[in-house]
Amino acid sequence: MGDRTLEIDRVSKRFGKVTALDSVTFDVRPGELFGFVGSNGAGKTTTMRIVLGVLAADSGEVRFDGAAVTHETRTRIGYLPEERGLYPKMKVLDQLVYLAQLHGFSANEAHRGAESWIERLGLAERRGDEVQKLSLGNQQRVQLAAALVHEPDVLVLDEPFSGLDPIAVDVMSDVLREKAATGVPVVFSSHQLDLVERLCDRVGIIRSGQIVACDSVSGLTAGAASRITVLAPDAPAGWAAHLPGVRVLSENGDGTLVELAPDIDDQTVLAAALATGPVREFTRHHPSLTELFRSAVTGEAAS
Amino acid sequence: MTGRRRTVPPATAVRLVAQRELSARLRTRGFLIGTAVILAVLAGYLLFQANLASNAGRTTVGLTGQAVAVAEPLRAGAQQAGLDVETRRIADPERGAEQVRAGELDALVSGSPANLRVQVKSELDQQLEALLNGISGQEVLRAKLLQAGLNPAEVLSDVGSASVEVSAFERTDPAQGQRLVIALVMMFLLYMGITTYGSLVAQGIVEEKSSRVVEILLSTVRPWHLLLGKVIGLGLTGLTQLAILGAAGLAMASATGVLTITGIATTTLLWGLLWFVLGFFLYATVFAAAGSLVSRQEDVQTVLTPVSMVLLVGFIAGFSVVQEPEGTTATVLSLVPPLSPILMPSRIATGSAGPLEVAAALVLTLAAIAALTWLGGRVYHAAILRTGTRVSLKDALTR
Repeated sequence: MGDRTLEIDRVSKRFGKVTALDSVTFDVRPGELFGFVGSNGAGKTTTMRIVLGVLAADSGEVRFDGAAVTHETRTRIGYLPEERGLYPKMKVLDQLVYLAQLHGFSANEAHRGAESWIERLGLAERRGDEVQKLSLGNQQRVQLAAALVHEPDVLVLDEPFSGLDPIAVDVMSDVLREKAATGVPVVFSSHQLDLVERLCDRVGIIRSGQIVACDSVSGLTAGAASRITVLAPDAPAGWAAHLPGVRVLSENGDGTLVELAPDIDDQTVLAAALATGPVREFTRHHPSLTELFRSAVTGEAAS
Repeated sequence: MTGRRRTVPPATAVRLVAQRELSARLRTRGFLIGTAVILAVLAGYLLFQANLASNAGRTTVGLTGQAVAVAEPLRAGAQQAGLDVETRRIADPERGAEQVRAGELDALVSGSPANLRVQVKSELDQQLEALLNGISGQEVLRAKLLQAGLNPAEVLSDVGSASVEVSAFERTDPAQGQRLVIALVMMFLLYMGITTYGSLVAQGIVEEKSSRVVEILLSTVRPWHLLLGKVIGLGLTGLTQLAILGAAGLAMASATGVLTITGIATTTLLWGLLWFVLGFFLYATVFAAAGSLVSRQEDVQTVLTPVSMVLLVGFIAGFSVVQEPEGTTATVLSLVPPLSPILMPSRIATGSAGPLEVAAALVLTLAAIAALTWLGGRVYHAAILRTGTRVSLKDALTR
């Protein structure tokens, strides 16, 4: 695959006796926001560090634009490490200018780039402060600016949203969407699944070093069992129990909650309910990413 | 999308890293205060030396009564003999005696020129005694010559022009004492400089490692460039400080009159700067390798101690080397690469290192730099991204 796709191809890594990554494979397409989720220690950070060359893989390959990632390619990646990495005693502006210059920008270009990201991320008043004197949220903004200041062709962000206030989350989301819109593949990890669900085009779920699901959010949820709340006041108890492919989860005065097997038409449930009398409510719940994630990482719904 | 490739050329990467180190260090309060403190210590030492030199050699002689007439020949004779004698006219002999007892006067001379009497606190300086005897003798001689009808001035001038002819096989350097001072100061500055800036290399590396900024840096810069830039940047900072201290020290020493051999001192300073560069490069990569093994500032001291110890041994050995700079031990020690940068400049300062020895030390040190840079670079390369527990040297070298 060419055209600026980031491919992680059967990457494996062992630390001593522990298998950290077992043939991890996924790709991040140009212009796509890819959410990388998994429990703590599942292998997200390890994967990202391998993409950046901070760690060496035992086997497998990382490719960008159809070619194996080399040191030259890595200079075109914007990286936000999980444990933040900046000089604590360096001033915000100096730090960003320095990083831009190390990526081959001239002093002038570097200054322009740094100033514009400082402005964009709301750090203008802090530009002359030492990084160690900033709040954690602001340090994180600087860290994001550091990942973006050299106009990278790929973005790899490890937990970019952790520790941010809601306003900063919005700013960060906008920036990521904007970068993706210019055709940059963006991959980030997060534990804030509602955010991932809202933001990402596709999601990869990793469990114990293995990718257990990788699809768009709707693709992931489409295959899963869906739930319906039915409020039919006149229905006798156990009215839905005999329907094929339907499992009653709860039944009380507020209604009946049933779970449908993936291939069952919800209209059969509605018809059965109407047969008992009037139906006041009929609500279909799409499983959230959080629910999918729970079942995926506990191993129930491993595809 | 721009799509342009923007990898920095190696030279630019090294320059950028070095520049950052320079500006990060030169601007700090630590650098300014450190330089000022060392300068103050240096100035204090020089003033102490100057005071010692001007007071120790000076003899104050009080003249009273007829003895006042010997003031002129006494001063002239003293100058010839290389003595620093100050004469004072004392009106009251009783008070003069008091002053001698109090130590304000070294001697009180009274009586007629032909028959001088000297009062001292405990004993009369032998040279001064000889001088006064001479003056007395000349006075007697002058009187006798007049009695014999001869011109005392002519005869005395003939007598004065007669002297032994001395031919020496070896010349003693009158400035040996000053050379010793220069050698000690230089040795101290080099030891301090290499230790301080070497430790800064290690600390800087641990700072990058503990703050994880190294992960970002190494995604665009190669480890070698990062290491080289750091070493060059800190080396230049150290060199700047040493040059400032050396030049200021030299100026102060010449101004206070402690140093009269400015030429030799300047040469020594230039040699010192060269040896600082060599010594720093010799130790910097070793310090860097040591620093790259640990991830926390608290652990730095443990890994640096063995390296600092070698420098300390050189510094301590330096004191005996300076005492006897021509001995075999001194020669051999100053040729051992890890010790050369501290010991050789001292031997050059004392004027006891031959050109061949200096050349040999330079070649050996350069070879050691090449070897240690290669080794240190390898350790650094292997250990820099391995955070967490301390990386063992064996692990770093076998990977």
